[in-house]
Amino acid sequence: MSSKKVSLSSNRGVGNGLVIKRKKFIQIGSLATASLMLPKFLKALESNALVPSGNKVVVVLQLSGGNDGLNTVIPVRNDIYYKLRPSLSIRKGQTAELTDEVSLHPSLTAFKALYDEGNLAILNNVGYPNPDRSHFRSMDIWHSASKSNEYWNTGWVGRYLDAQCNGCARPTQALEVDDVLSLALKGERNNAIAVQNPQRLYGIANEKYFKDILKNHNGEHYDEQPVEYLYKTLAQTLSSADYIFKQSRLHPTGATYPNTELGAGLKTIASLIFSEINTKVYYISLGSFDTHVGQDNQQSKLFAQMNDAVKAFTDDLKKNGRMDDVLLFTFSEFGRRVAQNASNGTDHGTANNMFLISGGLKKKGVLNAMPDLADLNEGDLKFKIDFKDVYATILNKWLNADANKILGASYGMLDFI
Amino acid sequence: MPVPNQVKNQHLLWRAGFGPAVEQLAELSKYSPSQYYKAIVKASGKKPAYINVAGEDLVSIYEDLMDAGKRSKLSADDRRELARKQREAVRDLNIYWLKEMVASPAQLREKMAFFWHGHFASRNQNIFYNQLLLQVIRENALGNFGTLLTEVSHSASMLIFLNNQQNRKGRPNENFAREVMELFTLGRGNYTENDIKEAARAFTGWTANASGEFVFRKNFHDDGVKTFFGKKGNFNGDDILELLLKDKQTAKYITQKIYRFFVNENVDEKITASLADRFFKSNYDISDLMESIFTSDWFYNEKNIGARIKSPIELLVGIQRMVPMKLDNDNSLMLLQKLLGQQLLYPPNVAGWPGGKSWIDSSTLMTRMRIPQMFTDRDELNLTPKQDDDQMMGRKNDGTAAVPVGKKKNAYAVNAQIDWPQYISKYTDVKRENLIPAIKQNLLQVNTPGLERSLGTTVDVGSREAFLKTATVQLMSTPEYQMC
Repeated sequence: MSSKKVSLSSNRGVGNGLVIKRKKFIQIGSLATASLMLPKFLKALESNALVPSGNKVVVVLQLSGGNDGLNTVIPVRNDIYYKLRPSLSIRKGQTAELTDEVSLHPSLTAFKALYDEGNLAILNNVGYPNPDRSHFRSMDIWHSASKSNEYWNTGWVGRYLDAQCNGCARPTQALEVDDVLSLALKGERNNAIAVQNPQRLYGIANEKYFKDILKNHNGEHYDEQPVEYLYKTLAQTLSSADYIFKQSRLHPTGATYPNTELGAGLKTIASLIFSEINTKVYYISLGSFDTHVGQDNQQSKLFAQMNDAVKAFTDDLKKNGRMDDVLLFTFSEFGRRVAQNASNGTDHGTANNMFLISGGLKKKGVLNAMPDLADLNEGDLKFKIDFKDVYATILNKWLNADANKILGASYGMLDFI
Repeated sequence: MPVPNQVKNQHLLWRAGFGPAVEQLAELSKYSPSQYYKAIVKASGKKPAYINVAGEDLVSIYEDLMDAGKRSKLSADDRRELARKQREAVRDLNIYWLKEMVASPAQLREKMAFFWHGHFASRNQNIFYNQLLLQVIRENALGNFGTLLTEVSHSASMLIFLNNQQNRKGRPNENFAREVMELFTLGRGNYTENDIKEAARAFTGWTANASGEFVFRKNFHDDGVKTFFGKKGNFNGDDILELLLKDKQTAKYITQKIYRFFVNENVDEKITASLADRFFKSNYDISDLMESIFTSDWFYNEKNIGARIKSPIELLVGIQRMVPMKLDNDNSLMLLQKLLGQQLLYPPNVAGWPGGKSWIDSSTLMTRMRIPQMFTDRDELNLTPKQDDDQMMGRKNDGTAAVPVGKKKNAYAVNAQIDWPQYISKYTDVKRENLIPAIKQNLLQVNTPGLERSLGTTVDVGSREAFLKTATVQLMSTPEYQMC
């Protein structure tokens, strides 16, 4: 064979002036309405949905970008804090005061109210050994719950989901309010569903076709061909979309939420919590807290959003008698350096604080000592509590799950729940 | 039933490249795979040209940076501007390489480079470091693994990414030594922690200068005696690499990884053992290893065909090879890479992309199945990728938005101009009733019986042209098309 005959050369003639006129038939479908045809192997499991009432739910609120913990929970009596942050520190009089020593950022008025009611706890100095300062990497460590020299491809919520959804039809026990699924919610055998808005789960024009191919696909070759994994995911996706949509319409909350992405997300979560859905873990993010420059503006703006959305959410939970069943907690991939930088911002640091919000807290208020600013590691806070202890505690005590198995190691139990 | 040559050659083109191009369709059934592989090898023979996307302005900023005096005068604004220009350049490099994958005749070389890009995974903001490492990988993609390993280990991108500039006598940083052994050569569990400590000592003093050249800082080098794999000696970094190459475990580890990537996720121990033997005996000749894979009978075994889930890059490139198109705005290609979880030059970490089933969740699967419709203007890109703070430094918008659709928030038109006449001309001789089987044959490596029934209701029968277009788009919008 003369290889010249083979047209591996690159004469693409791309374009040729051909322009497809933009058609106006972009249509938004709702995946959610028509009844779904599932392959037989899933059909059998369809009726097994477990809907415990009064069940415990976790809401994870991720503060992306590395929130500055020291201007969140403020050591208002600490001279080192004021010295290292000449223009960025927040004066005692301006803050939402919790105790003589501890105040919250001025935007967090609702958090202060939750503290006063006994519905808020603060955990200081949370982190992990050998911290990484890359956002992505450190977030991966928090998501996967690996050690900092391990690379895991699954997340702690995803592995919780594996334990809950063993051959179940729909992996809706965990749900992320987003367009893209985070590593935290990816399991070994199951992935959670990411949904920005259940009314328009994927907003796709080709929905009917997807349902058709699923219907026409012969599911009997399951386990034989690798493509079956994709059909299984497609079936779960369409089934979950339908289920989540229906549940979200069952008892939609009538409360008013702020018109922000987080407000809309927590409203969706509230409506689902009030339904009979089997979701145990909800995941939602706010950002960016990466405040290298002009921190005050950016953090205040984001905290105002967080404050108003969390207020609407907790008010809603109280009104509907679910405050005791829901645990909302915040985390960020790292805190920031103790000293401010030259741009009225802060750079990447290490340990950080977490908010824990629920009517079902056993320990409330400021749970442990504020950061020791006199004992730093090259300008960074030293961590005192491994974040995996927090996960283990929530998995074991709140979700009644086997934390050792899910986290791959035995971690300490905390007593806030 | 014997597998026909067309299917075998498509299989070969998907694995030894980024899938068949529309202009190749007619020739696929004419040659045996071994004949075809020869042509593929020949097309990848040339040394690849260095890709430089950095403009004069960036080069001159860099030249200033080399001068310590000028460097100290750089203001915070200058630095931010530099970072912005670098980000743009890295994005340009990403798109440039992606287009090479689509249009280059050197499919095998680019595919191999794509594999090494995931194997020697590095993240770096410096555009020149990126360009230099990419060149090392593309140049040596089909050469000698020992040379490739050595050049990557001497690259600024990898040394800086793995903190070796901090690895100094008396204050070792083990990151580089650990990853060289765990990820680049032996694989986890084939060395002791002490081997890592001793190797780290040997790599002390290895770093790079601002122009990306390897620098050995003698003052920082620990020239004491080290004990590595039971051998004592005054080893330096190159000695360690040589000792790692002398260990057959390296050949085994690399061969298994190549098998998983190019053949099947489920490793055949017998086959990989004999491949590893051959690889080791050939002193790590990559071309020889690939030839023994792609010309073997077992490679064309039915269980290996259509068994791999395409990575996002393979999917995006493969569509464009089959349906020639020009995008008004390359940013949609960036957006799709982010949404699907694979951005060139931006691996998640030093371990690279895990691949396989990890590509698929409900969001990525739905996005994948919507892409053909987005390219043909029947659907819009209305999804927001995760915020990326390593790139964004707290800013909200990174300018990778595509073309907004009206006033809708976060909804973009991909605006692809497709050369349909070229595509459609390939089917001129096919009778109408044979069109669907023919398109299906060309597009899919998995043959599932139910699919044709679904096409009945969605394909536009208005004209032959419309029929071909819609059937193609719908067949690409399937789980089957995700496989290769």
